[in-house]
Amino acid sequence: MTSYIVRRLFATLPVMAVVALFVFFLLRFAPGDPAAIIAGDDATAESIAAVRAKLGLDRPMVEQFVVWVGQLLQGDMGVSIFSNLAVTRLIAQRLEPTVALTLSTLFVAVVLAVPIGVVAAWKARKLVDRLAMAFAVLGFAMPTFVLAYILIYFFAVQWQLLPVQGYAPIKQGFWPFVESLILPSVALGITYMALIARITRASMLEVLAQDYIRTANSKGLATDRVLLLHALKNAAVPIVTVIGIGIALLISGVVITETVFNIPGLGRLTVDAVLKRDYPVVQGLILVFAGAKVLVNLIIDISYAFLDPRIRY
Amino acid sequence: MIRRILAGAVALAVPFAAAQTPALAQEKVLKAVMHADVRVIDPVWTTQTIANIHGALIYDTLFGNDGNQKPQPQMVGKYEISPDRLTYTFTLRDGLKFHDGSPVTTKDVIASLKRWGAKDGVGQRLMGFVTKMEPVDDKTFTMVLREPYGMVLESLGKSQSSIAAIMREKDALTDPQQQVKEAVGSGPYMFAKDQWVPGSKAVYLKNKDYVPRTEAPSSFAGAKIPGVDRIELVWISDPQTTMSALINGEIDFYEQPTNDFLPLLEKARGVKLMKTGKIDSTQGMIRLNHLHPPFDNVKARQAMYYLINQEDFLRTIVGDPKFYRVCKGLLTCGGPYENDGGSELMKEYNPKKALQLLKEAGYKGEPITVLSATDHATITPATQVLVQAMREAGINVDAQSMDWGSVVTRRAKKEPPAQGGWNIFVTTSGGVGSSNPVLHTWIGAACDKGLFGWPCDPEVEKLRNAFGMAATEEERKKIAKELQTRAMEQVVFLPFGQWDTPIAFRGDKIDNVVPNTGLAVLWGITKK
Repeated sequence: MTSYIVRRLFATLPVMAVVALFVFFLLRFAPGDPAAIIAGDDATAESIAAVRAKLGLDRPMVEQFVVWVGQLLQGDMGVSIFSNLAVTRLIAQRLEPTVALTLSTLFVAVVLAVPIGVVAAWKARKLVDRLAMAFAVLGFAMPTFVLAYILIYFFAVQWQLLPVQGYAPIKQGFWPFVESLILPSVALGITYMALIARITRASMLEVLAQDYIRTANSKGLATDRVLLLHALKNAAVPIVTVIGIGIALLISGVVITETVFNIPGLGRLTVDAVLKRDYPVVQGLILVFAGAKVLVNLIIDISYAFLDPRIRY
Repeated sequence: MIRRILAGAVALAVPFAAAQTPALAQEKVLKAVMHADVRVIDPVWTTQTIANIHGALIYDTLFGNDGNQKPQPQMVGKYEISPDRLTYTFTLRDGLKFHDGSPVTTKDVIASLKRWGAKDGVGQRLMGFVTKMEPVDDKTFTMVLREPYGMVLESLGKSQSSIAAIMREKDALTDPQQQVKEAVGSGPYMFAKDQWVPGSKAVYLKNKDYVPRTEAPSSFAGAKIPGVDRIELVWISDPQTTMSALINGEIDFYEQPTNDFLPLLEKARGVKLMKTGKIDSTQGMIRLNHLHPPFDNVKARQAMYYLINQEDFLRTIVGDPKFYRVCKGLLTCGGPYENDGGSELMKEYNPKKALQLLKEAGYKGEPITVLSATDHATITPATQVLVQAMREAGINVDAQSMDWGSVVTRRAKKEPPAQGGWNIFVTTSGGVGSSNPVLHTWIGAACDKGLFGWPCDPEVEKLRNAFGMAATEEERKKIAKELQTRAMEQVVFLPFGQWDTPIAFRGDKIDNVVPNTGLAVLWGITKK
């Protein structure tokens, strides 16, 4: 197992190199010029050119790439063209809200979705199953921002139970922290819940048709024991895969949810940086996202071995 | 089991709850959502309005223009102008200190003015007249001009584009094309750089050592008395969320609410709307590229006037007539130099006539490239109205959709439209700057040295200079009319009206909100 993990970690290096190369040149080929945005509306073309020169953006692209890679190899992601702050600082500032939103969303999604999926499979083709799947389809079909605005309208504006927007870091207190995450987690979690519930149901249906489940039932084991210990554990591989994909998607940016609820996470940082053509920030973020995805995939693969003893690396 | 989980959660929560400091809870905090987020901390390096709002909180200026756009001394205690109007002697008032505790000296002031004068358009114009600036002592310095210039104090006190921010000498010696690394000024608030989260929040702390002037506050002039302990410029990019946050009392001040939400805000309990200052409006402008056909021909440019029905633009952008007005001039309507010079060129909307005049000017149906921004609250709909009018006239329009960031890049290109250039883009200008022919850089026609579109007319520039050198208000008004007439004949830009965006704020939570005059004045706002 250890040699497998080491091999996988080494295999990420060429992936990251390709990502770095691709992102760098894609950004430079895209229309837009940070110097023009910095200089502002009342700046002349000469003034923009002067800013561009000072930022080094007028140098040959290959030269800029070599400089950036050189910095990266020393662990330096560069500084934001606009704020002059280190990219690592900007990413670190946004990491906590994103991680908090990711975990709380997954908590909401998994806690609701897995039982729904299990029950739907257990009561397959009955009313409970149809209601559960209708709920799942609705959750999947409804755009997050629509649900977000509905939740804000009722829970924040009308009933004033929760804040409309913003993120309270955990150091400001546990309740403000939780309070700031409830509505975004629910709005975002519903979509993931729908996905996980459907996968859980499909996977459980397949397992429940297996001989060993029939054996367990004929031995007179309690239903919950059959469902949770015998069936769910064996149905877990595809469920964990979907949850893992969800983590990767959430980390790399849930822009709409972050925008509607004004959560200063990595997704919003990415969009803002792209719109402003803040090259060093976009480059740094894409590398972080790529690394996160590789890591999440690795963790999922390792978890298979624990969930299914037949899988060995 | 459940009890154990709950007990664990409470045990976890207690230390976090205790971490909240009582001092923070007692602080008077103003939470304001502005039109953009603070991303740049140097108001001289950029002309972005938000950088200027940030700059006005932390930096002071020698003069400040009051609500009537008259310059009043701010950092300056007394000043003298020689009888020949060539030598200005300024003496700084007592008690001026930077946020790091060091005193403000004339060395700081001269270095700051030199940097600002090398970067800002109005500053460059002023420095064109200045032959030398010399310190007399730590508190007094002289500015000598080569010929009389009537806009010296107005330029030093202006609030639009880049303010003439006074920085520490060591910061002011930074290359004007590079951003200063530290934002240390001598103004009423101090920038808390360690709490700054670009794209989310910028924090300003009360400068307890600030010595305000004794005169009554008026826009950028008079006493700047910090009204709260802490100002947080919170950036909420979604207008609907911002509106809900204001209604819910989570924020106190919303600088530019979307027009669609004004009826809701008017009805919301505790929320007040305030009209902006007399000339603090937004002016819509259509810029033509004078370098390339067909608009290198003045007749083709004038033909475009027949496609402008300002009501169409204003209804689309604003909707409610109480927030907009038709203005067929280039200088702000309602401002001191409003006049009707050249406005007869905009007498009717007539697409057929527009096409006919274009053909007479040599237009043969070539595509006209319009830079069409897709993500701007006002410029996007205005561009759509223009494109529709052009298509109605039978003009071959190549409307190229792109985000605003791409428009500002593309408009700087001087190449022909087929090679990545352009023919038309739409933009806006602040009413305060647009009220004065010298401060209104878009009215200029300085060819290559001018703004995008590069109108080129020595007569316009001569009149702008003459305005700056005029000694009396009567003379200025006369020149302003001549200038507007000439600029409209040359079609430096096509105006499509003026509109106001009221400020929305919690009237039950904050006091002393004043109408904008170019920039939001936040320092005097107090918390109830």
